Amino acid sequence: MPRLNSRADLEELRKEILAKRDPNKPRITVCSGTACSASGARQVAVALEEEIRKRGLDAEVELKKTGCHGFCEKGPLVVVYPQEICYVRVRPEDVPEIVQSVKENRIISRLLYVGPGKERISRESEIPFYKYQKRIVFGLNRQVDPKSIEDYIASGGYGALAKALFEMSPEQVLEEIKKADLRGRGGGGFPAGKKWETARNALGEPKYVIVNCDEGDPGAYMDRSLMEGNPHRVLEGLIIGAYAIGAREGFIYVREEYPLAVENVKVAIKQAEEYGLLGENILGSGFDFHVRVHRGAGAFVSGESTALMNAIEGRVGEPRMKYIHTAVSGIKGKPSCLNNVETWANVPLIIEHGADWFRSIGTEKSKGTKIFSLVGKVNDTGLVEVPMGITLRDIIYKIGGGIKGGKKFKAVQTGGPSGGVIPEEYLDTPVDFDRLVELGSMMGSGGMIVMDEDTCMVDIARFFVGFLLEESCGKCVPCREGLRVLHSILTDICEGRGRDEDLKLIEEIAETMKETSLCALGTTAANPVLTTLKYFRSEYEAHIRERRCPAKVCKSLIAYYIDPEACQACGACLKNCPVGAVEGGEDEIHRIDQDKCTKCGTCYEVCAFNAVKKISGEPVPPSPPRGTRPRAKR
Amino acid sequence: MGKVKLEIDGKEVVAEEGMTVLEAARLVGAEIPTLCHDERLEPYGACRVCTVEIERGGKTRMVAACGFPVENGLKVRTRSPRLDRMRKTLIELAAVSAGEWEEGSKFWTLVREYGADPSRFASRVQIKPTKCIVCGLCVRTCSDVTGDGVIGFVGRGINRRVVIFPEKAQNCWTCRYCQEVCPTGKISPAGPLHSFPSIDDVLAGRV
Ligand SMILES: Cc1cc2nc3c(=O)[nH]c(=O)nc-3n(C[C@H](O)[C@H](O)[C@H](O)COP(=O)(O)O)c2cc1C
Ligand code: FES
Ligand code: FES
Repeated sequence: MPRLNSRADLEELRKEILAKRDPNKPRITVCSGTACSASGARQVAVALEEEIRKRGLDAEVELKKTGCHGFCEKGPLVVVYPQEICYVRVRPEDVPEIVQSVKENRIISRLLYVGPGKERISRESEIPFYKYQKRIVFGLNRQVDPKSIEDYIASGGYGALAKALFEMSPEQVLEEIKKADLRGRGGGGFPAGKKWETARNALGEPKYVIVNCDEGDPGAYMDRSLMEGNPHRVLEGLIIGAYAIGAREGFIYVREEYPLAVENVKVAIKQAEEYGLLGENILGSGFDFHVRVHRGAGAFVSGESTALMNAIEGRVGEPRMKYIHTAVSGIKGKPSCLNNVETWANVPLIIEHGADWFRSIGTEKSKGTKIFSLVGKVNDTGLVEVPMGITLRDIIYKIGGGIKGGKKFKAVQTGGPSGGVIPEEYLDTPVDFDRLVELGSMMGSGGMIVMDEDTCMVDIARFFVGFLLEESCGKCVPCREGLRVLHSILTDICEGRGRDEDLKLIEEIAETMKETSLCALGTTAANPVLTTLKYFRSEYEAHIRERRCPAKVCKSLIAYYIDPEACQACGACLKNCPVGAVEGGEDEIHRIDQDKCTKCGTCYEVCAFNAVKKISGEPVPPSPPRGTRPRAKR
Repeated sequence: MGKVKLEIDGKEVVAEEGMTVLEAARLVGAEIPTLCHDERLEPYGACRVCTVEIERGGKTRMVAACGFPVENGLKVRTRSPRLDRMRKTLIELAAVSAGEWEEGSKFWTLVREYGADPSRFASRVQIKPTKCIVCGLCVRTCSDVTGDGVIGFVGRGINRRVVIFPEKAQNCWTCRYCQEVCPTGKISPAGPLHSFPSIDDVLAGRV
């Protein structure tokens, strides 16, 4: 491929690619994201390739391996175009039938998504999970092969870069981003334009631009999906940013655990360099920009800006004291503009469609869309991109399909491990940066964990504090020791050793951590405790005063017993108990030996007669005498 | 270097540009406690007991005085009931890993000054105290003096601890600076050699 030396060259190439493509030609796409690959997409793709070749259909049917669609739970995903028929959980055995059906222009009903009313939905965009999303950033993932720059260019890619370089001055690009009110998607929602401007105006050369793809939140993977599914979009945003800021060098920091993201972005960089879209004299504009990939050790705290820059400099990836913004003094003391993957990916869209278009989506102070990782007790989990201002209820019920197993919703945790939980009464809150903070939580990078009635809020707080305790770098006292003491107190409460003064103690430690910690890990670490305490205080009190776990989760505070009126002496619990704690016989009501019971809950799950009861905060009723026969046989 | 005018505890202070609030406070004799700071070293920000309240642009927040640079118009408060309460909490938190300390040590002085109850949090945690608050003064001093730290950190979070690297032990010239800077008095006069576990022991879980 010859280098593109001008904007016209790029346009010419785009036309050439499109001319070779027939939009009506059948196209089978297979998601080749990390999750689908893990569930067998690679084998499906190989089988498709072979089947198409075997039938000599290479010229008639196109096969494409795309980026992650976000509906990973239902993977491997295969979508057939132009009809956009979506097949879920596809196995290699299904492949011959799929190829046959494409030839015959027919739909395979058994591979379709089954909707809430048991109806089968064929078109991808009709599936509720997709229907209520607005996928401006993420949508292209399912159209392009992440390893093909031609796919990206065909979709209009690098057009925004050409527009910036040839129609706009760096100042104009900066103004457009400021006008768009683009806020950082990686945590705090800091205005990107303001950060760019600070870096641009700061003294010192060279300046750096950096992509943050550390993504240490457990359960979150939107950055990975963007990076591995459409790396050119992120790269294009970064180059535009570099142009606006006056940076000649950039870094893409990717966690070690994301091998496919590293691979795909490296391929993307190489291709962009070959095409003259990166490196010296980009598109003949005279602008030079080089970028390197830095593989990080993947600790949660390494995603913090100063820690990340320490790591890029080759030092230990732990936070340093920062009272001068990294945009002024970052890598090697030089102006360094760090933004999240998703933030960068929004940039080409804003330049291409204009700030006014971007501002037309979202709420007054939060513009555009946000990608969330919707997980937990909802029917449909995955990555969802929604306009800012959508309600939590719409995300959970319309897109996520409601709570699994018909259970009751209890709370949703947003913002990752240091976010907060939000109870039912706030489900109609429009989701944006500021509203979530008002509720004591945050947007964070977009984690969203849905919890049902069987969740204990004290236990949840302990879980997140435990995660942060493992991930804290340990440098400053309030974060390191505060988390240690909080974890210990929460464990005491969960295990029935809570004391009356504990809630005051928790609040005092939380306040000190919030005000005095070195970095945002520590200043936000108490959020899960504070919000559960704020919205579910009575649950804490029940644990402490009544030694009762209302959700019946905390093992030390619950007991299982067998209701003699309901037991049929079927032996199911007796056979399945892993510690032999169930006594009884063929015609004899079963009893649980409380001293032996480890509260694993197996008996509760296997009982077909609902005879095993879970109780908390009350004494275990005495068992009937040995030899008592089941009610029906008495 | 330019001059910067700010206000500390109601008193106007003229400081040099680039100074920290801690340095500026010392110009006017305002006492701010520190545990991990040494003017010969770069600010580090681990103990947080130097926390002060600043006001700028109508907003107040808490910052670590040892690292926060002075600026024109800044208002600083070095003492208030809230600050005292937080410093007391911080000292009590630091006491969890410290466990015990030498009488007369810097830590001991602060425990008394702030009326801290060192067992308040420590009693809620089952750990073997190490006498160390991980302030890093010895590590940073050592790397400054020897050029190639004989001691350093291993581990993350609550497992973070100071160890001596055996392969570098011959670089130790027993200057005892580490002993001198230690705020809890953990480091015995024999130098660090015998009181620090070796990195091999730590990694093998023997200590
Ligand atoms: C403990 C901690 C972990 C963080 N992890 C990430 C991360 O994985 N990815 C990310 O983009 N930002 C992360 N951040 C936020 C970054 O410090 C920084 O604010 C962000 O990358 C800036 O980009 P943005 O303005 O585009 O959001 C983290 C912050 C903290 C305190
Ligand atoms: S990996 Fe296939 S949909 Fe996410
Ligand atoms: S002296 Fe400032 S943080 Fe320790």
